[in-house]
Order: sequence, then structure tokens, then C-alpha cells
Amino acid sequence: MSFEFTSSEMMSVTAARALTSDMTCFVGIGLPSEAANLARLTHAPDVTLIYESGTLQTKPDVLPLSIGDGELCESALTTVAVPEMFRYWLQGGHISVGFLGTAQIDRYANLNTTLIGDYREPKVRLPGGGGAPEIATNAKEVFITVKHSKRTFVKDVDFVTTVGFGRDGKARDNVPNIGRGPTVVITDLCILKPDPDTKELVVTSLHPNVTREQVIEATGWEIRFADQLETTPEPSAKELDVLRDLKARTDAHHAGQQ
Amino acid sequence: MAEFLSLQEAVSRHINNGDTVCMEGFTHLIPFAAGHEIIRQKKRDLTLIRMTPDLIYDQMIGAGCAKKLIFSWGGNPGVGSLHRLRDAVEKGWPNKLEILEHSHAAMACAYEAGAAGLPLAVLRGYIGSDLPKVNDQIKFIECPFTGERLAAVPSIRPDVAVIHAQRADRKGNVLIEGIVGIQKEVVLAAKRSIVTVEEIVDDLGASVNACVLPSWAITAVAEAPKGASPSYALGYYDRDNAFYKKWDGIARDRDTFQAWLKENVFEKGAA
Repeated sequence: MSFEFTSSEMMSVTAARALTSDMTCFVGIGLPSEAANLARLTHAPDVTLIYESGTLQTKPDVLPLSIGDGELCESALTTVAVPEMFRYWLQGGHISVGFLGTAQIDRYANLNTTLIGDYREPKVRLPGGGGAPEIATNAKEVFITVKHSKRTFVKDVDFVTTVGFGRDGKARDNVPNIGRGPTVVITDLCILKPDPDTKELVVTSLHPNVTREQVIEATGWEIRFADQLETTPEPSAKELDVLRDLKARTDAHHAGQQ
Repeated sequence: MAEFLSLQEAVSRHINNGDTVCMEGFTHLIPFAAGHEIIRQKKRDLTLIRMTPDLIYDQMIGAGCAKKLIFSWGGNPGVGSLHRLRDAVEKGWPNKLEILEHSHAAMACAYEAGAAGLPLAVLRGYIGSDLPKVNDQIKFIECPFTGERLAAVPSIRPDVAVIHAQRADRKGNVLIEGIVGIQKEVVLAAKRSIVTVEEIVDDLGASVNACVLPSWAITAVAEAPKGASPSYALGYYDRDNAFYKKWDGIARDRDTFQAWLKENVFEKGAA
């Protein structure tokens, strides 16, 4: 049975499915937060969500606009200070998955959220690293979700804010006490995973009704496709209902706040 | 013991041109009332430090208070850019702004080290990142016990810390509840501190492990109801997410920003 859904919904549902109830997830704001809460409200009710503002095991009813909305604190098991969050909980090794978004990503899954252009003369100044540089190395693995476009998927990022596998795919080799790095990238067109040897991102699954040409067109390097290319399962009616309810609740909540 | 002052007097007496100032509050309890008072008193050449510059530093940078910014995430959360910060960095308006950027983990560690009286913070950080190439305050050291390569950053020890909290008692002891951020660390790391509070009460009503700053660890306390708006104070008022979205339009343009500043900051006196 088939349902009407948008490519954004396809992306959120697919990203949500990457999480399971036994994971402890350090959640970035925006798309990762939407996916993580969708997972919690559908197939992964016991997934532990942690936000860098210090909220441990939080269960927001609406999606937070910022990383520190009151909703996150009030629905959390407990709230710790920010140094404790980064030192004990993240660096201390308690996070299984870091879930990140980005402005630019390259073929080795390096992330740029710092700037477009040259550092001293930026064309576009972006917000910067925030929690991501250490989430990406101290979490056991990293999931990334971002919309697919040529502007976003570039051969080499202008600036490595947050390491994927470095400029040559080898940045994690022989570095002790860090995580595996990015294991999956979920976009509105497809799922990509790093090649086990070269660490270059490879398309492993196309979303329903998406062609190889669309992915090639939206990627700034010669993208490779896995030999066993799969088709991503469609969202279920329940997933779409829960996602749409969550977004409607969130929009109404933020619009009404004074 | 903390001295009770009006916000106007606290800022006038404890913040000087050229000071290094940390106004903290991680999304929650951002000391906006104090920021507006600093703008009204036309403080200049400040080195502003804050993990997330947020709207408060966007306003202060646009008003010409800052010569340097040290930060780790400079966006309007969930909305987009801080346009006044970008205008200063990209176009030098209203003045050139030097920036030094870190990651959140490094800044949190640097505040903690400042509170602990140490010269540096050590963390497993910045691996594979380009940030150390553009920030000479990020170095790498070898662990003397294991040989592991670790990042080191200088501790943050500002001239002045400014925070907002829910309440103070009549002796000047302060209670912070909810997302406590790095407020305790920044006050203990600073030479002087100003704490604005929603209200002054007879009894803090603090539980035994609550985050309480004793009066003798604070320089000045000033009452400033709604002093964290449009951010929020847990138990008092919610984050004004609608205003955070509206700010994008106000700050995008120099004229609309200046009109907003005139009407909402300069023509409004201190609380």
C-alpha cells in the first residue's frame, strides 16, 4: 500500500528508523531533533535523547526551536551543567550515537558549519562548530541527516569544522579513544554509507521514485553507487501521522509563544 | 558579600570600556536586561565571550560595544544567522570585529578551568578539525602518563561575569534552576560578577543539592524582572520563540535594527 509523502518526510522517517530503543543519542537541533523524536514516538520509545544544553533523557512533546528550550528541561530525567555534559557524558563515553546536521558535507563526510569561502574573507559566515567537533569523535558513531543539493554535497568542504574521515579518508586511523565516525548519511534522495576501505561516501539505497541521475545531479563529486543498490522502504501511515502531528503541534506552539 | 545595586549602577560601576566580559546563560536565563543597560551606557571596546552569542551579543555588536568576540556557536537557534554579527565580521559594521572561535566542549572546559583557578583546560577535542589552524589559542599536548595527544585551551578568566538567575534572598545568595549552563563556572572564574534576578525573596526555597551561588562569591546583585526575556526563566516565563523568529527580519537590515534599538533599548530606561 502506498501513501502520499514529501521528500522531506521521507528523509525524516528514514533518519528516525536509524535509531533503536537501546541507543543513547546526542541530538543536534533541526532535522536530527525531528528524526530523533519521531523515532521515540514510533518504533523506539526507549531511545535516550540527550541535548547539549544538559538535558539528559528528555521527552519533549513539541520540537524545541533552540537546543535549550524549557520543554527539554521539564521533560528530562535530569539536567546537568554544560561542562558535565561534555566532559562526563560525551567525552566519558556514554553516547552511542551523535546525530548531526550540517551546511556542507564532502565525500569523506567531513562537515562544514563555519563558513563558505576563505576564513579571513568569508563569502558567507555560518554559525560555527558548537558541539559537533567533539560529538563526532567522542560518540561511538555518527549519523548525519541533511538535504541533498550540489551546494551542500561538495567534493571538499571549504573548512573542516567537524571531522568525518579527514581530507584523505584517514584522519581516524591510529587515533586512540575515539568513535568510528559517520556510519550513515540520510538525505531526501538516498542513504549513503562510507566505503569500508576508502571511507568515501557511497549511495547504498535510493528513496522510492528517486533516480540515480537525480542523485548525480545533486552531488558535487562523481558519486558512486553500491553494487547492491537498495530501495528505501516507504514511510508507513503511522510514521507519517506521528510526524505530521508532531510538526503541527510544534508550529502552533512556537507561533503562540509570547 | 554581594552588594545590592540597581542594574544601572552595577553596570556603571563594574563594567569598564575595554573589559573582557562574559554574559552567560545557555539559551536559558540570558541576561538581556544587563546587555541593554551596557548598550545604553555606551560601553566600548569590550571583549565579549559567550558560547552562543545569541541575540544578546548580536544586539551589543550591532550597537558598537564589542571589539572582539570569543564564541563557539554564533547563530539564531533554529532560525538562522545572527545578521549583526555577520555584518561586523563580513563588512566591519559598525566597527571591525575580531573573532576567535572554539567548540562548545572547549569553551565549557575553559570556563571550568577558570573556576578551578587553572591556567589551561585539557580535552579530547578538535581531532581532525580545521579550527586549530585559525585559532592560535588551541594547542595540542601529550599526556605525561599515557602519551595520548590531547587538546589544550587557555582557561577563561574574565574581568566581569554577568548572569541572570531566578532569585536571590535578602543576603544576596542566588538560586539557579533548570538549564544551569555554565553560570556557576563563569561567576567563579571572573574577577567581578553581576547577577540579575527575577525577584528578591525571604527564602530561596532551594533543595539540598540545588545550584546556589553564595553571596560572598558574587560582587553585585540587581533585581531585573523579566531580565532574561526574550530568552526564558524556568518557573517565571517561557522562551519567546516568536520574537527569536522576528529578530531575523529586524536584524537583517541596519536601519530596521537601529530603529529597533532606539525604541526598545535607548528610549527604555533600566528596570
